[in-house]
Amino acid sequence: METLERIIAEHPFFIGLDEGFTNLMVSCASNVRFKAGNYILKEGDPANTFYLIREGKVAVEVLAPQRKPIIISTLSVGEILGWSWLLPPFQSKFHARAVDDVHAIALDGKCLRTKCEENHDLGYEVVKRFALIMEQRLEATRLQLLDVYAVK
Amino acid sequence: MIMATAITTDPMLPQPYSVQEVARETPDTFTLTLKPENEVDRRLFQPGQFSMLWVFGVGELPISISGDPALHDRLVYTVRSVGQATHSLVNRGVGNDVGVRGPFGAGWPVAAARGRDVIVVAGGIGLAPLRPLIYHVLQNRKDYGRLVILYGGRSPRDLLYRKELATWARNRETQVLVTVDYGGLSWRGHVGVVTTLFKYSRLQLAGSVAMVCGPEIMMRFVTRELETQGVSRDDIYLSMERNMKCAVGFCGHCQYGPHFICKDGPVFRYEQIRKLLEKYEL
Repeated sequence: METLERIIAEHPFFIGLDEGFTNLMVSCASNVRFKAGNYILKEGDPANTFYLIREGKVAVEVLAPQRKPIIISTLSVGEILGWSWLLPPFQSKFHARAVDDVHAIALDGKCLRTKCEENHDLGYEVVKRFALIMEQRLEATRLQLLDVYAVK
Repeated sequence: MIMATAITTDPMLPQPYSVQEVARETPDTFTLTLKPENEVDRRLFQPGQFSMLWVFGVGELPISISGDPALHDRLVYTVRSVGQATHSLVNRGVGNDVGVRGPFGAGWPVAAARGRDVIVVAGGIGLAPLRPLIYHVLQNRKDYGRLVILYGGRSPRDLLYRKELATWARNRETQVLVTVDYGGLSWRGHVGVVTTLFKYSRLQLAGSVAMVCGPEIMMRFVTRELETQGVSRDDIYLSMERNMKCAVGFCGHCQYGPHFICKDGPVFRYEQIRKLLEKYEL
């Protein structure tokens, strides 16, 4: 059986992270499962957790009045769900729904925020990794906004 | 790169073909199967080449061949109906005439890719010029390494060849990943631009040959991602589109820097055109 330590150490997000920092992460981590159709995050709720997706697919949705929710993107195996835990006001900005049954590692953002405040080297490593994810998603969103397949 | 198949007839003279079948792919995109009216006309083509299709009395259009290169008794084209000429073309009923010139241009580097892993990245109707290449690789499976097909569309209803995508995914050592920019709640696949699919590829991309077709902006983002993944610029090929008229490099309508898309392309090695892709308004 895979241990949390191993799963976290081998996850692309944590590649190259100092072993001591990985152990700190593990102390904030737990295994979680969500049934297909269940919401993992809801817009406006306190954001105190982020997830490493191990199985299944998650739809990130925005609610629009008088219409069905709009899926902005999907996240799947190996990806990170949630970064609102990192920045004030620590509230989720979007809904996240399990498309399939989802198996993930949940990391306690409150616990991690405290550890990052106590140890800025850890904080820098965490912020650096999240900044890369944010940059990739921002670029993808910009390309998506161009609506390149539309008839011009 | 593959050179154009020799044409024995005058390249400016359309040959008579008739519409054998018209199949709707999406609300505005159709696949036409054309049969030669002259039985001796068996036009070989290379994956990635295009023809000029005449709709008599309306106009002539450059359209990529989207059919199986192993089938020599027909030519297949996937056409998006967006203007008068394309609208007339897709509305030619079965049995009506269409004039065909070609095939023209340089196609995908099927010989250079032999023995290598192949990654195909398509956006929107860009899957059409890549389909003959996919047929070729799947029919000659032992000649190629693994095949990864990454396909992005605007929405689920805009995806081409959905049944074939599912069939291709069942092939040995073939991975097919599909995403859409906008997905409704009933869509259970990926949502996001095509570049977001790279991380799900089971293939170590460094060392593979990449063939890309789609809107130019999308291709720019894709080439950047391919380079990040370790694919050499010399192993990336793009299919370009401009306003082809004569199709044989006489008229200059499709001039792209020092190149004529119709004659030197439409498939180019990325390194050949990289600097041109970065120029404003070209």
